[in-house]
Amino acid sequence: MDAFLTPDESEALLLSLRISFVAVLGALPFAFCAALLLARTRFFGKTLVDGLIHVPLVLPPVAIGFLLLIVFGTRHGLGAWLFQTFGIRFVFSWTGAALASAIITFPFQVRAIRLSLESIDAGLNAAAETLGARWWDRLLNITLPLALPGIAAGIITAFAASLGEFGAIITFVSNIPGETRTLPLAIYTALQAPGGETEAARLSIMSIVLALIFMTLAEIVQRRARERG
Amino acid sequence: MSVEVFLRHDFPGFALDVSFALPKPGVTALFGVSGSGKTTIVNAIAGTFRPREGRIVIGGRTVLDMRAGVFVPASARRAGYVFQDARLFPHMSVADNIRFGWRRAPEKASEAEIARIVDLLGLEHLLARRPRALSGGEKGRVALARALLSSPQILLLDEPLAALDAQRRAEVLPYLERLRDEAGLPMLYVSHSLEEVARLADDIVVVRDGRVVRQGSVFDVLTGLELGSLAGSSPMGAVIAAKIAAHRDDGLTELSFDGGRLLVPWQEGAAGKALRVRVRAEEIMLALEEPRAISANNVLPAQIVAVDAADPKHADIQLACGNTRFVARITPASCARLGLTAGKPVFAIVKSVTVDAAPGSG
Repeated sequence: MDAFLTPDESEALLLSLRISFVAVLGALPFAFCAALLLARTRFFGKTLVDGLIHVPLVLPPVAIGFLLLIVFGTRHGLGAWLFQTFGIRFVFSWTGAALASAIITFPFQVRAIRLSLESIDAGLNAAAETLGARWWDRLLNITLPLALPGIAAGIITAFAASLGEFGAIITFVSNIPGETRTLPLAIYTALQAPGGETEAARLSIMSIVLALIFMTLAEIVQRRARERG
Repeated sequence: MSVEVFLRHDFPGFALDVSFALPKPGVTALFGVSGSGKTTIVNAIAGTFRPREGRIVIGGRTVLDMRAGVFVPASARRAGYVFQDARLFPHMSVADNIRFGWRRAPEKASEAEIARIVDLLGLEHLLARRPRALSGGEKGRVALARALLSSPQILLLDEPLAALDAQRRAEVLPYLERLRDEAGLPMLYVSHSLEEVARLADDIVVVRDGRVVRQGSVFDVLTGLELGSLAGSSPMGAVIAAKIAAHRDDGLTELSFDGGRLLVPWQEGAAGKALRVRVRAEEIMLALEEPRAISANNVLPAQIVAVDAADPKHADIQLACGNTRFVARITPASCARLGLTAGKPVFAIVKSVTVDAAPGSG
């Protein structure tokens, strides 16, 4: 890889991949539970919860970054408590970038998983129940495997979207080389410097290639699922 | 092992209020037209529906008693449920499907027992396949095996043949007959087809609008004239328990029943073998004098028990031949012309009969 990329470029690429990986997999259990809640249950205020989950899709990412800064800033409130009690600090750290990415890409995961959960024949659960399977047994052996294509599709689209996150990251955790400077931030930085267009172009092409890879993957997973079902 | 069912529940515009018992191992048909509440009853027994009021006892174990606050969840009911649409797990092979309930059963059937059921239902060559690669009839058989291997204490079959075409139905029915004879379980067979009921069931519970309107042995209930209005479009007919009396040189087999003899096409089996004979109401003609030169092989002297001429399209005549009952369906015009009334002796000309293996005769 060093033959194609400068050390700075490969640092940004690997950081982007690491942040997205942690963001997507960290959010996955919560996304699955949220999707399960929305697909299988009826409760008071469900529309509100549904709306809240989808808010990151329509809110300016910069606003989300700002909100995160307020909540997790180490000077006061939750952020101060986390820092003083556990030494956990999100601001100016790559984990903060992962947290921001996780929140922004959460709706992509929930939506894909929810769609696949809703497409599962409810009769299969009833059948499993009459065959002696209790709820966790059915969740593990019927619902989860049948939702797998949706989970995979959700992971891939969320990952691809996460790679492109800019506004929330730069607002919340700033633009620190090697810590929070992901691909989009590196492109932005290159453009700020005189004569940085070539560098920006190289990074942009890298982003395009990554996006193509993930969208193709998503397509393959979906086609596989269709053929199986 | 007996099963008692009592249920009461109010739906918008429909009230369920039923009480019946399955006295013994064997098939009890739950019969009624669509929308009469059959599936709701079965769901309540399986535990996937919670009625407002009710009590269900399966083999001495109370699985539902709303007054005492007993509600055993479906996963612990041990009711094998065969759904109309099979509901096989699409992400598992046939082998994993049929072992799904077995793995979770408190008492596991032995490998020999599994092999026997796989053989009984003809599934050996299907075990490695996925459900989507199966035909409708094959899916039905896999669903049967899956329910049986969960070591159930009652088998619930919700129109397992309804989704199949005539050919597939004919393919699955013999398996159901073998199951009835070998499973030794109380089976509740939901159906809106009198043909299936007549072929498979020992007892029948007739429901209409959420209520039990008739129950008893198929021999009695199927020849009751009230059934005409309960059966919908299903053809009526009698079911008769018979035995092979003799094989004749002319290729016919003579059967004896409680009230006379019937000549039918050649039947396999030694003299004394029990068979079940179905005679559809449309297949019987009535005559006041004994016809002499006639192509029909069976002319039975009988006595009219009751006449139901309420329907303008046809008249149903209940006949007694010894202790056995038949039903004949003729036109109201013929009924009036012959002056048919209860008590009158007639000759029943049986045009054709259907012969099935009898329960328990193997």
